Amino acid sequence: MFIEHGFLLVIAALPFVGALIPGLMIRAGRTACASFTALPTAFALLLLAMLAPDVMQGNVIRFEVEWLPQLGLSAAFFLDGLGLLFAGMILGVGLLITLYARFYLSSEDPMGQFYTYLLLFQGAMLGIVISDNILLLLIFWELTSLSSFLLIGYWKHLPEGRQGARMALAVTGAGGLAMIGGMLILGNIVGSYNLTDILVAGDLIRASDWYLPALILILLGAFTKSAQFPFHFWLPHAMAAPTPVSAYLHSATMVKAGVFLMARMWPALAGTDAWFYLVATTGLITMVLGALIALFKDDLKALLAFSTVSHLGLLTMLLGFGTKLAAVVAVFHIINHLTFKAALFMTAGIVDHETHTRDIKRLGGLRHLMPVTFLIGTVGALSMAGIPLFNGFLSKEMMLEEAAHTSWGNSPYAVGVLATLGALLSVAYSFRFIAHVFLGPVRDDYPAKPHDPPFGMWAAPGLLVLGVVIIGIMPAAVVGPLVAVAGGAVIGGGEMPYYSLKIWHGVTPALFMSVIAVAGGLVLLALHRPLDWLWNALPRPEAKIIFDALIARVAALSRGITETMHNGAISRYLAIFFVTTLIVGYAAWTGGGLTMETRPVLPVPPAVAIGWVLLIVAVITVTLTHRRRFLSLVILGVVGLMLSAGFVYLSAPDLALTQISVETVTIMLLLLALHFLPKETPVESGAALRIRDGVIAGASGLALAALSYAFMLRDVDTISDYHLANSYEGGGGTNVVNVILVDFRGYDTYGEIIVLGIAGLVIFALMETLLNGPVSRRLRETVYAPDRSRDRHPLMMVVATRVMMPIAFMVGIYIFLRGHNEPGGGFVAGLVISIALLMQYMASGFAWTQARQRFEYHGLIGFGVVIAGLTGAGAMLAGKPFLTSAYDYFHFPPIEEFELATAMAFDLGVFLVVFGAVMLMLYSLSRLARIAGETVNREPMDYDPTDTVEKRKEA
Amino acid sequence: MEVVVASSIGVLTASGIYLILRLRAFPVILGLAMLSYAANALLFASGRLAINMPPVLSKYGEASYTDPLPQALVLTAIVISFGMTAVLVMVALASYLEAGNDEVNMDAPGTGAADEKAGS
Repeated sequence: MFIEHGFLLVIAALPFVGALIPGLMIRAGRTACASFTALPTAFALLLLAMLAPDVMQGNVIRFEVEWLPQLGLSAAFFLDGLGLLFAGMILGVGLLITLYARFYLSSEDPMGQFYTYLLLFQGAMLGIVISDNILLLLIFWELTSLSSFLLIGYWKHLPEGRQGARMALAVTGAGGLAMIGGMLILGNIVGSYNLTDILVAGDLIRASDWYLPALILILLGAFTKSAQFPFHFWLPHAMAAPTPVSAYLHSATMVKAGVFLMARMWPALAGTDAWFYLVATTGLITMVLGALIALFKDDLKALLAFSTVSHLGLLTMLLGFGTKLAAVVAVFHIINHLTFKAALFMTAGIVDHETHTRDIKRLGGLRHLMPVTFLIGTVGALSMAGIPLFNGFLSKEMMLEEAAHTSWGNSPYAVGVLATLGALLSVAYSFRFIAHVFLGPVRDDYPAKPHDPPFGMWAAPGLLVLGVVIIGIMPAAVVGPLVAVAGGAVIGGGEMPYYSLKIWHGVTPALFMSVIAVAGGLVLLALHRPLDWLWNALPRPEAKIIFDALIARVAALSRGITETMHNGAISRYLAIFFVTTLIVGYAAWTGGGLTMETRPVLPVPPAVAIGWVLLIVAVITVTLTHRRRFLSLVILGVVGLMLSAGFVYLSAPDLALTQISVETVTIMLLLLALHFLPKETPVESGAALRIRDGVIAGASGLALAALSYAFMLRDVDTISDYHLANSYEGGGGTNVVNVILVDFRGYDTYGEIIVLGIAGLVIFALMETLLNGPVSRRLRETVYAPDRSRDRHPLMMVVATRVMMPIAFMVGIYIFLRGHNEPGGGFVAGLVISIALLMQYMASGFAWTQARQRFEYHGLIGFGVVIAGLTGAGAMLAGKPFLTSAYDYFHFPPIEEFELATAMAFDLGVFLVVFGAVMLMLYSLSRLARIAGETVNREPMDYDPTDTVEKRKEA
Repeated sequence: MEVVVASSIGVLTASGIYLILRLRAFPVILGLAMLSYAANALLFASGRLAINMPPVLSKYGEASYTDPLPQALVLTAIVISFGMTAVLVMVALASYLEAGNDEVNMDAPGTGAADEKAGS
């Protein structure tokens, strides 16, 4: 039964909100910081406890908020038995770690950061276990990788810490990427990204062709996270973290995420041969290998780390068996492993903290000096070894029973024998932990004088080992219901298998295996010294070296690719780009789908043929003479003119007007720029390079010609019929192009004038920076060629432009006003008026014109955008969408009836922006000339002709 | 007529791409201008060619018109490409004035070519 409850959202959000607390509270002192950090965790735990009774009755609590429904992504959470178990572990252990870390961290460690990272991590973990949406789960999954990176690398000054953090991030991050792929496939198979849907669709998923790829990808994510062979190597290196982090990440949370995922997905994915051989085998290998390495580790935390690897392997193997009973046993062992392993990590931390070493070879005899720590550590280790009366015994016994009944391939004994071997090694390293750290004679060479820590530090592990003993003696009463409900959630409903949580199961195969394990473990411990010598003498692969070499190889490869493609030469990038485009285009062209030609070919009159020849010759001339810059620039003008003529002929008067005026300002701009640039381009590229470029250019030209020819001969469905039909009725104009610009697609135009305005301002800003820098001094020293014209402002030109100016203005205004109904409009008008003013600058000089300019060009751009925007917003006031235009006809007696449309106000905005931007660009450029030692003219001409006449009269 | 337009687009493109692949800023700017012509013409041609059918509505009876939408798009494209050319010219100019040459390529990392060409 599903119950809706908003508490779930609060629980999920609390750690993230709480992550802000440490930063605020750290100033109030360390104890206050730790106490306040505990608050959100404690509160979330309280809320969880309030939901628990419902879950224990077998209900599922759900809460969903739509987030991105188009992607199937929603903030959906659900809490069933498995989620409750994990959420309880995460929050409960989180609380204990908060307490422990308060005493563990030294005064030099930034505690606020630590608690922030811890809460972020806790929130991410919590998110994984209560997400109902697998996309959401993936987000939290990646968050755990990131936040654990911060936690593992918390001691930034230690190189091992940084390397361990990087390795953990690389391995778990790569696995996470694989898992994203797997989850997406899974969601595709089921048609829903909600876990509750996926979990009931197990049969559909297992029958799908995509089952195996999805399984492998998801398992990659789970195996890397849970440090399964061959990805187990990152976990020991993550031990460079502070012990509270190790205790939290490697007992209860991070590494359990992979196990959680396998348990969560168990109903959907388990039960096939592929699952059994992949998961159970990996688990089995990991269990034995981890235990073997743990036996020979001298670092306390490394021993515990490999023991964790081994136990994770055990859990993976149990889930891999694919039987319901094994899955329930796995759940039970998750609880037991959490209690003893967290306690042991904290014990190791206490030993490290008090003796200043974690090296087992330098320890021993601590039972007299640290009796409390000895008690806690011993109980934990005995449970880890699987000794009766402690909880580790119960689940290990059940595991052995399951292993004994499982056959691998044709061999009925392989799993049982290897599982016993794993148990045996586990006994050996657990006893070694007790014997070599606490037993033996007291030494006199500890790096620091050991004594028991304050109560606050041993309270958390003490509480945990209390749990170890209570569960170990009364399992059914203490955790029975929880195992039942969580196990039920793993196996996805249905009938629960028969099992009983008790110490004595009678004389079973598992009992014999246990006895063998304990006896063998004691033998190994006794033989540890010679075995240790042998272990160190034998060659074995070192994972870190392999990993580092692999990373170095990958980095070199990517650097090689980057440096080949991106060597700083833009001409190379462009060549690569053009060639790639050509290849893709060719593939598309030959891919079929080219239909029959449907349009007739239009005739070519002689005038057009002449224009075409002019255009082609001009283009070729520009290309061939591009080293002589002035010449090529002038010929470029011919190309623009021919293009305008083509637009006229091909029924595009607006385009022709725009092209010809833009052509004018572009050439002026380039001429101004060329004034400061070298006049010749030196020969730098060799023949081979030129041939290569020529081939690329030729092929591209051919391709575009073919493409355009192909589509010009075929008809197409166009939305323009709508524009043609509604231009007059809806937009109030007969020039459809203009109506499209200011009405149908006014939003586009609005964006485009803003871009143009920005371009103008960018140029202005660039010029300001340039002129205020060292460049301006260099410019002042410019030496001009002696053959420059001495008559900079010819009389004829000054007079002609003066006469032209009012005419040009009138033409501009006329073009602007007629734009709505006849070719013209704001764009063209802005350009025409700009040209009229530019002529004054050219004829009469910069200073003379500037002195007569009464407004700033920046302002024009701003006004233009504001006017256009307000016009659009005006439509909204009238309850219409942005930029809907309105129009009406007016008749004042002396003049003819005329039309006023709001679109004209918008066009005015366009006009102002175009005018302002063009002028600002050219004005900025011409300022360079002033700096560059040009003499400033106050008069329109360099010499006054009347002056000469008067002098002559005097003479 | 289609052959005329198509071949013009092709020649403009080829010239534009060849010039863009040159090593100095000024030919690159010329090439970009050329490529803008080609792109605008291509976009315009996507409305199919028509003679004597401007998209200005006639008051006198039925008439057929050419496709106005590509024209509107090309109109703004012409103006925007002017803005882009202007920014590019200014960047090229600034880099020339700062660096003393108008090469577009950075020297390949680690080749030491920078030392040879400095001062030119």
